[in-house]
This record gives sequence, C-alpha cells and structure tokens, in this order.
Amino acid sequence: MKQSGNILFSGVGGQGILLASELTAYAQLEAGFDVKKSEVHGMAQRGGSVEAHLRYGERVYSPLIEPGTADILVAFEIMEAARYLPYLHKDSAVVVNTQKILPPAVAMGKAVYPDDILDELTSRGINVVALDAFAVAREVGEPRTANVAMVGAMSNFLSVNKQVFLDVIDTRVKEAFRDVNKKAFEAGRELVYA
Amino acid sequence: MAFDSSDNKLWLSGNEAIALGAWEAGVQVASGYPGTPSTEIMGNLACYEGVYAEWAPNEKVGLEVAIGASFAGVRALATMKHVGMNVAADPLFTAAYTGGRGGLVVLNADDPQMHSSQNEQDNRNYAFAAKLPMFEPSDPAEAKEMLQQAYHLSEQLDTPVIFRITTRIAHVKGVVNKGERIQVSPGTIEKMPGKFVMLPGNARVRRAEVEKRMAAARELAETLPENRLEDGDRKRGFITSGTPYNYVKEAFPEAAVLKLGMVWPLPEKMIREFADSVDELFIVEELDPFLETHIKAMGIDCHGKDLIPNQGELNSFIVRKSIDPDSVGDLFAPLDLPMRPPNMCAGCPHRGIFYSLSKMKDVFVSGDIGCYTLGFLPPLSAMDSCVCMGASVTIAHGMAKALGKEGEGKLVAVLGDSTFMHSGITGLLNTVYNQSYASVIILDNRITAMTGHQNNPASGKNIKGEPANAIDFEQLCKAVGVKRVVVVNPHDIDASRKVLKEEIESTEPSVIISRAPCVLLPEEIKRKKPVYYTNFDNCSGCKSCIRLGCPAISWHPLTKEEAVERGYKEKQKGYAEIAEVQCNGCGQCACLCKFDAITLREAN
Repeated sequence: MKQSGNILFSGVGGQGILLASELTAYAQLEAGFDVKKSEVHGMAQRGGSVEAHLRYGERVYSPLIEPGTADILVAFEIMEAARYLPYLHKDSAVVVNTQKILPPAVAMGKAVYPDDILDELTSRGINVVALDAFAVAREVGEPRTANVAMVGAMSNFLSVNKQVFLDVIDTRVKEAFRDVNKKAFEAGRELVYA
Repeated sequence: MAFDSSDNKLWLSGNEAIALGAWEAGVQVASGYPGTPSTEIMGNLACYEGVYAEWAPNEKVGLEVAIGASFAGVRALATMKHVGMNVAADPLFTAAYTGGRGGLVVLNADDPQMHSSQNEQDNRNYAFAAKLPMFEPSDPAEAKEMLQQAYHLSEQLDTPVIFRITTRIAHVKGVVNKGERIQVSPGTIEKMPGKFVMLPGNARVRRAEVEKRMAAARELAETLPENRLEDGDRKRGFITSGTPYNYVKEAFPEAAVLKLGMVWPLPEKMIREFADSVDELFIVEELDPFLETHIKAMGIDCHGKDLIPNQGELNSFIVRKSIDPDSVGDLFAPLDLPMRPPNMCAGCPHRGIFYSLSKMKDVFVSGDIGCYTLGFLPPLSAMDSCVCMGASVTIAHGMAKALGKEGEGKLVAVLGDSTFMHSGITGLLNTVYNQSYASVIILDNRITAMTGHQNNPASGKNIKGEPANAIDFEQLCKAVGVKRVVVVNPHDIDASRKVLKEEIESTEPSVIISRAPCVLLPEEIKRKKPVYYTNFDNCSGCKSCIRLGCPAISWHPLTKEEAVERGYKEKQKGYAEIAEVQCNGCGQCACLCKFDAITLREAN
C-alpha cells in the first residue's frame, strides 16, 4: 500500500470539486492516514479556476502539493488539467473530465480554446485517463453526480478499498442522494478500471 | 483505525477549529466583520450554544464590542482579515493599555499571495507596534489548542492577545481533537477607572504597565510549550513559525528546528542558545523579515530574506530551492493558456450598472471592495480606482475638490451596501458637509456577497438568520443631507442608464441606490425565474449582448461559408448563444438586443 501521496483537484467554480475532495479525504482518513487539504475560497462561486490540494501519509506537514509532485490530478475540465502541468511528474496519472467550459476571453471571441490540449500531457509521457463524467452521471440519473463519478474513476489509482469510499458516501452524503452517488461512483470506477 | 467522531477526532478547517477552540475556551461574546480568509470563524461560532456571536458593520466596531465584553469580565473574541486590522487599529492600540477583565483575543487572518485581498501586509508588525503578545499556529489542530493558551495568557498578563493565522491555516483542513468547554460565569460590572479611562493621567500610568507586562511576557516566552526545539542535524538550524514551519519540516526533515508558537515577544535566550548550537542559522518566514529583523537586532547572524522571497506565499519547494538550489529538479514548463479569472455571475445586478458606466468614457469611476470590483475586468472595464473599504466615496470627493468645475459630470463613486455601511457613510457625510458634487452609487443587493453571503444591517436578518432591523438607505442618505436620492432597477438597463447620466451630471451630491438582490441568495435560486434563449434566426452578430460579459452568453465565430450555410449574411462574423442552464433570467441582454434575438422562455 502506498504510504503517502498527493492528489490535486482542479476545475471551475461550481463543478463540485470541494465535495469530491472531501469524499476522497474522508476515504484516506478511514484508511488510517493523516490527511491535510488546502482550498482557496472567496472567488470560487464566480467561475474562476478552483483547486484543492490533498496530501496523505503517516504524518503530513505541508498542506500544499509541491510543483512536480502531484501523483494524481483530478481535473474537472480539460483546460484546467493542462493548467496544472508544472505540478505533474512523468509518473503522474491524470483523470480528466472531457467537459469544456469557455473562459471569459474565449466566450467573448477574444481568445481561442486550444485544441488537442490533452496531447500536451500524453506527449510528455503522462498517463491521461479522459472520461465524460456528465454522460456517466446522466446515465445513473443525476447529472449533478458528475463529481462523484470523477472520484470513482480516480479511486482506481488509490490503494484504498472501494467499500471505504461507498461507506464514506453513506455517512457523508445526504440520504436522498446517497444511492445515486454510489451508483455514480461505481460507474466512474468501472469506466476506467485500471 | 477507523476515522470517526466517536474518538473525538474531527476533520475541520482552521476556521472551524478556531471556532471550536473559542467555544472550548469559554468565549461568551464574539464580533467581527466578514473578510477572506477569516469569515467562517464567526459563521461557525454563531452555531455554538452559550456564545453570543454577531456581524459588526466594521472591524473597529467588532473589536470595541469584544473589548466591552472583556471589561464585563467574560472571554471575548474579535475576528478580522489583515486589512480589517487597520480599521480596528485605533481601539487595538489603546486596549493594549487598558487590558481587560475577561480574556481578549484578536483573531487576525493575513492573506499572503493576495488570494482575495488588495494588499499583502504582514500583521506581525502590529504586535510589535501595539506592544501585544502574538501567537501563530501551524495547522488547524494546533490553532485550536494554541487558542486556549492565548486566552490563558491574556488573563495572566492582563492584555489583549493577537492570534495570527494565514490563508493556509484558515482554509486548510486537518484532523483536530475535540475537547470540553471550560466552566463560564456571567459577566459583572466592576468599575476600574484607573485602568479603563484612558485620559492622559491614567494612560501614563498604564503605559508603564505595558512595559512591565511585555517584560513578563518575554520571560514567559522562554518556557512556553508553544516555543519548542525539535532537535536534529545542527549543520543547518531553522527558526520558523506558522505555516512556513510545515515547509521547513518537509524540505529539511533532518534539520534542527526552533518552532516559535508565540512570535512576539521573542524568547531571546532560547534563540541565542539555538543560534550558538548550529553551524548556519536560517529564518524561514512568509512576507516581511519580522523574526529576522528582531533576531539580527539581538546581534545574531542569520540567513533569511537574502535567500527567501519576501513576497507571496511560500511552499516546501520554494524553501528547498531558496536554501539548497541544487537539490531541486526540473519541472514541466507551464503551457500558455487563456486565463480563467473570476467573473460576475450570470444575472448579477451589478453588471447592468457597470455596463452603463462602461459607456460613459469621460467619467472616472471610483470603485470599492466587493464582488463588484470585478467590474474592472473586460469587457466592462468600468472601474478606475479601488483602494480600501469605503474609499470610493472619499476619493471621488477628493478628486472633485482637485478638479473643481472641470470634474463636474465626470465623477462617480460605486460601492456595495455592506461596504457603504462599513465605512462609506462617514465619507458621504463629508461629501455633503463640504459641498461636493460627486455622485455615489450604492449597489444594494442586501447581502455581504463576496465573502459568501453574510447578513448585514441591510439584510433584515442577523448572523443566525433571525429577523433584525433593515437599514433604510433612502432615509439615511436624506438624514446625512443628500437631497437627490433615487432608486433604480439595475436590470432595466435603459432606465437606469438615464438616471445614472442625470445624477452624475448633477452639480450637487446625489445617491443612486441600485436595488436588486444577489442572484445566488437561496431564496432567489428557489424562485427559478424564466430564462432567456437565443432566437438564432434573428441574431445579427452585433455583439451587444457579448459586451455585457455574462458567463451564460458565448460567441461562436463563423467563416463566410458557415454564415451562409446558417442562413446569415456572408459578412456576419458569428452569432451569440445563451446557455439556458446558466441563465438566471435577469433580462439585461434582452434590454440590449435590438434584433429581437433574445426571447424569454415562458414558464410551462
């Protein structure tokens, strides 16, 4: 079992990144790790880039992932995967949602959303797993579970038992949404079974 | 070992841990003004039984409330972000003389890197300047424990204590051990005029007390468990505190570290002994060379800001690279990507006002602090200055006095409801009293929005959401002496622009109240207004709606062939589209469309 690691979550305000990182943190805590997580609040609701750093191990001091040391990047939007390239190393795994959200300059026609952006990652030898988390979420019947489908896909790269995640969803998600979130988790996990 | 709350372990943010710590310490009265990254402390504390917590209109008010509670003999807390400390500095410096009766902690949250702030001041300097002890924890668990010591010390030495955190304490989550609340007693009146009445004769006596107390604190610092030596390799020795301690432990795990939990006053003996025991001494701290300066003043040679940046946040990579440049490898270079700055939300009422202001090219827009500061960004680009809370009103007045007749019709101040109450009212009073012409727009969305929807004296609700008085801005402005007070609906762009123009051109003070609730308020989200959609056949590609900068509207460029294929004129460069899932139905874009291409989706 890997004794420590760094998971970086990135995306756009409003995509459910905080819940995704919370569930992951609780799963690591259940697995017996010390965990620290760092977020930047304030601007998150206003459509800006959002990131959460999650670090686990026997004893975690720094709440921030060093550049070049993210083992897993969970990106909820394609460009927000590429933006964090300096945080990755050649053995990093990137789990990316294939959604595109246009930043203001692109929406106004002042800039172009770059094509083939994920090639920039794969060409550097990084393991990129792309999935349409919204399609997964729609399939289980609740588009708002795309974030948990992403956690499911990412969970393949962790040594934490699947059941730990399902138990965490049971205890941390509101009852009305538990089952659908568990389904989204399983669907995301199976889609990218590593 | 499973993680659950049965063994009293909690997973909390620093701010949640501090609220819990304040409750455990027996705090009975707490007051503060919202400010990132400090906000969630007060919001959480309001949920605990036995604590009175409130939102004050500004940090000076909040600190004075806490001083009052301390004078009545109960433990009290004031919370603020770093720039809020500037506002609260007046009571702070004199409370250092009075001390109190109940323990008093001033919680200060600095924001290195300016994630959500207008400057990067290092408020450790306040501890030095105000002659107050200051604590600084390194993570949420330590923050909760250290707060107990802060209250203890405050009462032991009869002094307010500053508790400094940064963004990477406030918004970091970690494992925290839950404790018990201490026994508390109700407040009492005890008159202590020599201590509480700071007229010069008394203040001179208290001034001497301050020095005695700081000498005692300096002595205590030598044995305080919060200042501790973590032994290790003595080739490189580190003195550090706060979040940088974590970075040192990660970058140089083998090294000896002197960790300071109390960063003022400093334990000189402890520092000297440590310095003597290591080959090379490094001071690792974020922002100013605070520890370094005072350690160098002891005559101790050390490295600090000669190697480590004095701007922005640190992390373990920066610490390692600064001290041992050869130890770090190459990183993947960043890609050149379009930035994704925050934007006003779809349906934000502020957008309509800034759109109108963006059309008044000769007008200088004196801005302020809040969501609406984003009116600075393109495409609206309608803000010409922004300095500090409330300054929009006074800066516009100062410019009016400097420009005289030349400035007439060219000056307007813009600020939000919460900012107006924080420190705009006194500025407006000055504008009227000293006969200026600068107009003031109050963007009244009935909430302190930027920091995450805190109620304020205009909301009609208190911190717990219970009914409270809602200030009447029209009456207030009239009482201040403003004769021209008008209310506009910012979503009606044509009508509000006409009013703005008239009022800005007026040669006497005027206030325009732009009134519409924040679209993210839960009651607004529940209302589910009908949304707008693009009638593509009618879109002429004029880009009028695009110039609003609404995140729900995007531009699709077309080649000549594509234009023709879609039935447009060959020269049409593209078309706009409203993403209906993002639309909040404000109708501002429909006001601007002259081609009937934006239509209201009637509710089914």
